[in-house]
Amino acid sequence: MLSRVADSVFWLSRYVERAENVARFLDVNMHMTLDLGDSVSQQWEPLVATTGDNEVFAERHGRANRDSVWQFLTFDHKNPNSIVSCLYSARENARTIRGSLPSEVWEELNKFYLFVRGADVPNALENTTQFLGEVKRYSQLLVGIMESLMSRNEAWHFSRMGRNLERADKTSRILDVKYFILLPTTSEVGTPLDVIQWSALLKSASALEMYRRVRGRIAPEHVVGFLMLDRDFPRSVRYCLSRAEESLRAVTGSSEGTYQLKAEKLLGRLRSDFEFTQSSDIIQAGLHEFIDHFQLCLNEVDAAIFNSFFATQPVANGGEQSQSSSTAE
Amino acid sequence: MRLANYQTDGFYDEMFDESGIPRPRADALAKRLTALSDGELVRRQKAADLTLLNMGITFAVYGHEAGTEKVWPFDIVPRIVDGTEFDTIQRGLRQRIFALNLFIDDVYNEQRILKDGIVPFELVFSASCYLEQCVGLKPPGGVWCHVVGTDLVRDGDGKFYVLEDNLRCPSGVSYVIENREVMKRTFPQIFGGLRIQPVEDYPERLLETLQHVAPPNTQSPNVVVLTPGIYNSAYFEHSFLAQQMGVELVEGSDLVISDGYVCMRTTRGLQRVDVIYRRIDDTFLDPKCFRPDSTLGVPGLMEVYRKGRVTLANAPGTGVADDKAIYAYVPRIIKYYLGEDPILNNVPTHICSEQDDLQYVLRNLSKLVIKPTNESGGYGIVIGPRATAEELAKCADQIRANPRNYIAQPMLALSRVPTIVDDHLEGRHVDLRPYMLYGKDIFVLPGGLTRVALRKGSLIVNSSQGGGSKDTWVLA
Repeated sequence: MLSRVADSVFWLSRYVERAENVARFLDVNMHMTLDLGDSVSQQWEPLVATTGDNEVFAERHGRANRDSVWQFLTFDHKNPNSIVSCLYSARENARTIRGSLPSEVWEELNKFYLFVRGADVPNALENTTQFLGEVKRYSQLLVGIMESLMSRNEAWHFSRMGRNLERADKTSRILDVKYFILLPTTSEVGTPLDVIQWSALLKSASALEMYRRVRGRIAPEHVVGFLMLDRDFPRSVRYCLSRAEESLRAVTGSSEGTYQLKAEKLLGRLRSDFEFTQSSDIIQAGLHEFIDHFQLCLNEVDAAIFNSFFATQPVANGGEQSQSSSTAE
Repeated sequence: MRLANYQTDGFYDEMFDESGIPRPRADALAKRLTALSDGELVRRQKAADLTLLNMGITFAVYGHEAGTEKVWPFDIVPRIVDGTEFDTIQRGLRQRIFALNLFIDDVYNEQRILKDGIVPFELVFSASCYLEQCVGLKPPGGVWCHVVGTDLVRDGDGKFYVLEDNLRCPSGVSYVIENREVMKRTFPQIFGGLRIQPVEDYPERLLETLQHVAPPNTQSPNVVVLTPGIYNSAYFEHSFLAQQMGVELVEGSDLVISDGYVCMRTTRGLQRVDVIYRRIDDTFLDPKCFRPDSTLGVPGLMEVYRKGRVTLANAPGTGVADDKAIYAYVPRIIKYYLGEDPILNNVPTHICSEQDDLQYVLRNLSKLVIKPTNESGGYGIVIGPRATAEELAKCADQIRANPRNYIAQPMLALSRVPTIVDDHLEGRHVDLRPYMLYGKDIFVLPGGLTRVALRKGSLIVNSSQGGGSKDTWVLA
C-alpha cells in the first residue's frame, strides 16, 4: 500500500484511540471527585500531567480546576490532544485516504467529529457522563466496524498497530497518575480512600471487573501487574504490545522471533521485556521510573516505524515525525 | 401537498406543461407528491441534508478559508428525462465526442482540418489550452478524451442545446451517484414502480475504460487516481471514485519515475503504475514539461507518457477542443470528419475574434451573454440583460482589448424544475450534464448531474456560485 496511506491509517486509529482515552481519564476523574468531595479538588492537576501537556495547559488556562481541565481536554482546539483536536486530526487523516477505507468507517468517523464539534458545551459539562459515554461509544463503534469490515490487509494491520501502541501508551499513563498525586502516605495504604483510588485507575481502563475475576481484592501491586503485564486483558500494556508486534510482523512477513527492520527489533525486545517482568520488579524499580523508561522505548519504536514505512523521502527537517506522538518527555 | 399554486411563469417546466398539467413522464411523480401530507416533503429534505452531512459529501469553495468544506446543496425533487428523449441525447453525444476526439488527434498530428481551412489555424494556436508539447502524441487506441461531461440546457422552445464541452477533467459524476444514494436512503417511497435507469455502475465502467486504455501488452494494469489533494474543490469526488473502483488515490508526491516507468511509493518499495486517471490540470502534470513551479505533478511524467509506458486519462492537450471559440466550430467539425449533421444543436455563438461578429456583439451587448473563452466554473460571465451600464462598458473595453478571449450567445430561457423553497415548490432554472466514457467504445451514463440555480431567477448553476443539484431520472 502507499506509504502515505499507511501513515494516515496508522494515525487515524491512534487519534481515535487517544480521544477515547482522554474521555476515559475525564470520566473516571469526574466520578472520583464526586466520591471524595472537596479534599481532593487538586485532583484535576494530575489529569493534565497524565496527558503530558502540562506546559500547554499552564499557558492557556493557568490553574487547574474542574472547568479549566475539562475545557482543555475536550473542546480546546488549541490543545492538540483534546478530544476535538484528536477527532479533527483523525478525520483529516481519514479524508486523505477515504478511498482506502470502507465508507462506513468514514461515515461514522465523520459523524463522531460532527457530534463533538457541534456539542453544546455547557450542556456537555452538565451531563459529563453522557457526553463522555458517547465519545467512548463512537470510538468502539469505529473499532468494531473496522474489525468486521476490513480485510486483514496492510491497512488493517497499520490501523491495529496504531491503536495498540496508543493504547499501551495511555494505559501506562493512567498508572503514572499514581505517581503524581495518588501516592498516599504509608499510613493511608489500605484505607477506603486508597482502595477507591486504585479502583478508579482500573475503572478508567474499564479493567475493574476483569481485574476482580483474576485477582479479587484491590492491592496496588496487583493493579500494576494487571494493567501492565496481564496477558489476556485487551487494554494491558503487554497485550497491546503483543498485538502491535503481530501486526508489524504481518506487514513485514517476518516470522516469530526474527526481525528485518529496526522497528521489529525494538518492539520485539520491548514486548519480551514485558513477558519476563513481574509486578514486584516494577515496584522495585519504582513505578514512575519504570513507566518513564517504557515511554522512552515506545518513542523509539514510533520513530523506527516512521522511518521504516512512512518516511519515503528525505524530510527537510531531518526526518522528524510529521504527526505528533503523545507529547510526553 | 398541494401543487395547484405552482407557477411555470412562461418558462419550459420539466414537470408541468404550460397549462399546469403534469407532463406524461412526470405524471406518477406528481401524483406521489400530491399524496404527501403537509410538511412531509420538507421533513424528507431535512433528512436528506443530514444524510449528506453525515456522509461527508462536501466540496471546497475557493476564495474562502483554506479547507472550507461545504455540504453539497441538494434538492430532493428529482428532474425527469424521458427515455426516448435521452436516446437522442445519447446518440448526439456519441457523435459529438467521436468527432471532437478525431479533431484533437488531428490538431496535434496531421492538422488536416486546419489545412483544409475548416477551422482557422490562428484560433487553434491561440487557444489557451492548446499545448505544443502534445504535438505528435499518439495515445493508445487514438483516444484522447476518456472521460467527458457535456453541459446541456433546454431552452424555451423545449429543445436541448449543447452549452459547453468539458473534455479536460469534468467533475460531478460522484454527485450523480451519491444523489441517487441519498434519495434511496431518505425517500424510498418515491421510487416505487417507476422504471428509472441505474447510474450506480459508473465506477465499474470507468475502471473498465481505464484498464482498456492501458499501454499495450500490460497484464492486469495498475490504475490510480491522481488528485491535487484534500484542498481541491473536487477532492471528495477523487476519493470517491478511487474507493469505488478499488484503486489507489495518489498525490503527485506518491509517484516517482524509476527506470523509465511511473511508480508509486508503497510500504514495500516502488510499484509500477500503468494508467493514471489524473484529476489535475494539464500544465501541472510535469514541472519538467509544463509549469516548472508545479508541485502537484511528477517530474519526468511526460517523457514516460511519450514513450507509451503509462496512459494518462484524459490525455493532455484535450482542452483545445473545449475552448469556447472552438465550440462555435463543432457543427463544422462533425460535418468534416463524419459527413453528418449534428444531432444535438449548439447554442448560436458569436466569436469576437471575427470582425463581423465583434461588431454585432458590441452593438448588442445588453441582449447577449458574454463568456470568456478560457474560464470555467461560471466565472467571468456577463449576462447582458442583467448588467448595469457600467458593467457593460467595462465588458466592451475588455472585449476590444482582447477579442480572442470572448464569445457571446443569446440569452437562453433555461428550463425550470420544481424546487423546494421554504415550505412550497417554486420553479428554478437547471442544466444537465451527462457523463461519457470513451474506451473501447463510447458509453453515455443514463442520468447525469442536474444543477439548479437555487436563487430566484438566477441562471448560474455552478456549485461555487449558489447552485445546487438534483437527482436525475432517465426513465427506461
